[in-house]
Amino acid sequence: MAPQRVAVIDYGMGNLHSVESALQHAGNCDVVVTHDAAVVAAADRVVFPGVGAIGDCMAEIKRLGFDRLISEVVASGKPLLGICVGMQAMMEGSEESGGTECLGLFEGVVQRFPGGVDKQGNTLKIPHMGWNTVQQTMRHPLWYGIENNARFYFVHSYCVTPTKPEAQAGGCEYGLPFAAAIARDNIFATQFHPEKSHDSGLQLLTNFLNWNGSC
Amino acid sequence: MGLAKRIIPCLDVDNGRVVKGVNFVGIRDAGDPVEIARRYNQAGADEITFLDITASHENRDTTVHTVEQIAREVFIPLTVGGGVRSVDDIRVLLNAGADKVSINTAAIHNPSLVQESADRFGSQCIVVAIDAKAVHEEGETPRWEIFTHGGRKPTGIDAVRWAEKMADLGAGEILLTSMDRDGTKNGFDLAVTRAISDAVPIPVIASGGVGNLDHLAQGVLQGHADAVLAASIFHFGEYTIAEAKAHMAACGIEMRQ
Repeated sequence: MAPQRVAVIDYGMGNLHSVESALQHAGNCDVVVTHDAAVVAAADRVVFPGVGAIGDCMAEIKRLGFDRLISEVVASGKPLLGICVGMQAMMEGSEESGGTECLGLFEGVVQRFPGGVDKQGNTLKIPHMGWNTVQQTMRHPLWYGIENNARFYFVHSYCVTPTKPEAQAGGCEYGLPFAAAIARDNIFATQFHPEKSHDSGLQLLTNFLNWNGSC
Repeated sequence: MGLAKRIIPCLDVDNGRVVKGVNFVGIRDAGDPVEIARRYNQAGADEITFLDITASHENRDTTVHTVEQIAREVFIPLTVGGGVRSVDDIRVLLNAGADKVSINTAAIHNPSLVQESADRFGSQCIVVAIDAKAVHEEGETPRWEIFTHGGRKPTGIDAVRWAEKMADLGAGEILLTSMDRDGTKNGFDLAVTRAISDAVPIPVIASGGVGNLDHLAQGVLQGHADAVLAASIFHFGEYTIAEAKAHMAACGIEMRQ
């Protein structure tokens, strides 16, 4: 089988080599980190990452016309994987950066972790940083071979709660329950970093490379 | 089930070689940071910290190259610190594949570097390293100051106030090393760890003084640290990462097994 062509969308927000290396490690694929819409359009599958402040991310996405590009990828039926701020950008809006309008691929908004203390009285530090358990709330090809409640690496201060609970593919808890992953049709998106989540993360990326884009 | 506390082995690297040695069974090259990082990755480390102690600024290309190699095959978070002076230094290390960059002395000379880099790259990748030393006399209220030059030079800056200021400026994490305990194997300075952990809203990594597995657990239970960093107890094979995690879990600490 010919290697899968994977486009990792680069809109100038942070280092994407980790995503690239992890995908190459996860399966037979040619990965290209690109800001060229034609390259994204020609790829078999697309990764939409993101780090930093969502206000800056959305400003760049719109400036480069990538909001339309993402819509086209979604409409094409190609498998699309959002990671971290890439997932947050798929919601309707975020309260970060003084309120930011996002892509609206999923209903619901992005809100800041409330902090406070957990049931044991420990302070909930923000960012939520480290390895937390992910409960698989949807049967999905991207969970193949990954144990329920496996740990993934998170680092974020804002979190997603989809309006429709059936959009949630994985749940996590940190002071409040939030979506660790969301999915519909050919879109799967994770709040955690699969490229930094060791074996479980690599398995998820392998599953993404094998996925035909339907739930 | 919830967020796990982290165990972070630390590699001191000079001119691209791990110093102080690492004594894994069957390791081919005990000085090769890439091989050692790979081993710790397989052994279940939650993150890896790479501290560049290369004296000359000219040899930093070696560091960047090493970070690139590690990032190509180690799929857990990697923090790189040592000699970071500017936004440009940070950019180069992040582009090489570091997930977080640790700023130490430069933050003292130029606190706005923390704010600028957090604004530019996001708080999640900016760690501020604090080297603290107790300065109170016996019977006085405990107080710790920031020291530079390996603990030799006092700055007059209060460590707890400084940590709060760094968090305000946008640091995403504090790496706290007790210069009184570093290298002693007598355990973390739990008082300063707790004082800083309780004072700041961001995660704190305890460092300096680990000699046994109880010390790691105490860092979390009594020091309130979110992560514990150690070098020699792992490097010389006294304990494995798995043993450390099992011990901490047995003490009631949430760990990633």
